[in-house]
Amino acid sequence: MVEIRFHGRGGQGAASACTIYADAAFRGGKSVQAFPMYGVERRGAPVQSFVRLDDSPIRARHNIYTPDHVIALSETLMNTVDCTAGIKAGGTLTINTDKSVEQIKKERGLDGDYKIFTVNATKIAVELGLGSVTSPIVNTAMLGAAARVTGTADIKLLMECVAEAAPSKPEKNAEAAKETFEAIKV
Amino acid sequence: MKKVLTGNHAVSYGAMIARAEVVAAYPITPQTQIVEKLSEMCADGDLDARFIKVESEHSAMAACIGASASGARAFTATSSQGLALMDEMLHWASHARLPIVMANINRSLGPPWTIWTDQNDTISRRDTGWIQFYCESNQEVIDTMIMAFKIAEQVKLPAFLTLDSFYLSHTSEAVELPDQKLVDEYLPKYQAETDLDPTKGSPAYGSLTTDQWYFELQIKMQRAMEQAYDVILKENDLFKKVFGRSYLPVEGYRTDDADYVVFVSGTIASTIKDAIDRARENGIKVGSAKVRLFRPFPKTMIREMAKGRKRLGVIDRNISYGSEGAFFTEIKSALYSQSEHPEIHGFIAGLGGRDVTVDSAYEMIRLVVETSPEKDINWQGAKL
Amino acid sequence: MAKNKYFVEIKSIDDLPMMAKTMGSMMVNETGSWRNVYPVVDKDACTRCGICWKFCPDVVISEDADGYPVFNLDYCKGCGVCANECPKSCIAMIEEGK
Repeated sequence: MVEIRFHGRGGQGAASACTIYADAAFRGGKSVQAFPMYGVERRGAPVQSFVRLDDSPIRARHNIYTPDHVIALSETLMNTVDCTAGIKAGGTLTINTDKSVEQIKKERGLDGDYKIFTVNATKIAVELGLGSVTSPIVNTAMLGAAARVTGTADIKLLMECVAEAAPSKPEKNAEAAKETFEAIKV
Repeated sequence: MKKVLTGNHAVSYGAMIARAEVVAAYPITPQTQIVEKLSEMCADGDLDARFIKVESEHSAMAACIGASASGARAFTATSSQGLALMDEMLHWASHARLPIVMANINRSLGPPWTIWTDQNDTISRRDTGWIQFYCESNQEVIDTMIMAFKIAEQVKLPAFLTLDSFYLSHTSEAVELPDQKLVDEYLPKYQAETDLDPTKGSPAYGSLTTDQWYFELQIKMQRAMEQAYDVILKENDLFKKVFGRSYLPVEGYRTDDADYVVFVSGTIASTIKDAIDRARENGIKVGSAKVRLFRPFPKTMIREMAKGRKRLGVIDRNISYGSEGAFFTEIKSALYSQSEHPEIHGFIAGLGGRDVTVDSAYEMIRLVVETSPEKDINWQGAKL
Repeated sequence: MAKNKYFVEIKSIDDLPMMAKTMGSMMVNETGSWRNVYPVVDKDACTRCGICWKFCPDVVISEDADGYPVFNLDYCKGCGVCANECPKSCIAMIEEGK
């Protein structure tokens, strides 16, 4: 079983991201389970969401404490939330940032047993006109990154799910996922 | 057709496929998506139902009572404070013998204000005369929605099904949508026993009854609950034939040769299976028994499940203050008349949404296997 | 309850309906047995205005062939509202038995 944890701020789409990702993995034949960790609902508040993927039916129904992969939709979130909590040895951490892996590793002292990936999802979202410049919708871009880094969802299926779920600009949102998927080197 | 759905949407699809005719509900976290989806379905013409926007949960149940008494298949959904607000009407619906179906998202009661899960909201309504199901997966939710109408309409008692808040209500997983044609064959149109047509000289319902006959009316209601148990088993057999899925009132997991059995309900029944597998790998002969049906309480199956075990455990995600966990009480009571009285642990876990992980479940299994119970209440996962 | 033509006898639990509902009709409840006084109209003073009929809370007033009020004494509770409302004060409330 693979456990993925998304971190974001309310309004960035971390909650909907988990469902879209699970749907894509489901269409690829996996058993899936996804849910947001509910908290105080307001823009900017830290939110987490969880995805479990497996070949056999998933029975565990609780929060994810030892994720294999973590996706952080916002770098500044890491000032208040420890997004690295519990990452399994050999896991991954993908961060939305304009900084390089080395830079962010140094700045934040991220020296645990996990591989770090960075992608400028904000830039991609702004270029594609997703959300506003002050509040870009980065979740669809980060979903593409998740697919690439974790290798658990097919990008075409993911783009399909993103387009279906997007309340507006379905093609641009799917495009965002594709761009980040191709931008990341694993 | 399989679709990834949240528990809430599984309820909505269930109401749609079961062809609910009147939906009257008031929004409350974490149930809101049920009602939003249903109103979309009505607006899109996918559900041919009258959607009544009421001003409170008390009104929601009152509207369902009126609708059901008039011959419409009525449905509502609520949670926690909303369920508490409609309490008076819950008793009315059951005493009036109206087959209303309700989905309740198990959310803890305030104060303090909370939106996370435990079973106290429905457990504290156990005496209302409603048939009560506790679900562990979204598939079970949609299937139970359909069966609940069929069962309720045969015995003329209302029925509710529960979903843990967030761990089912907001959890997306793949659900097989039952085929509409098969559901239409399985679930015929509702025929009301009551008739409120004034042109047919309709009688008055529910008016003053002296001590001469009130008692006997309640006996009839209890008999209906007893009959409901047989109907539930019969309907489960039929559902299995038509749709290929079965949900027994008490269902064992790896209990055939188990020395120890832990009784569970709700999503803990799902989570504990991973812990049971782990225990089995460590050579421990333990199984879990999910109690899906709370009213009528499945005494016979509990007795069967408890036979020949070295020790038992019960995990309650609720508490009756001043006593103990509700499933614990009911299970011990069912076993009282038996010749075997194995030791039985009572755990209370997960109140107010305190997470119950595979590790927590494993710890409770370990206590059942390795220790004798000292107290009736064993708090698990609390900061003491 | 009076054992009139509306009376439905319940001998045992098996005769009971599934839920509380009136067996037959509420006409079985002959509320006339509740009263101490009953109304009598002075036909010489009565103008047949119908106000007494309008106000009777139990709908026990009907008209005879000439339009004068007739009181159904099986159900009249003797509340006296008709006498109180009559603009000609021509309804008297007489003690039962007199």
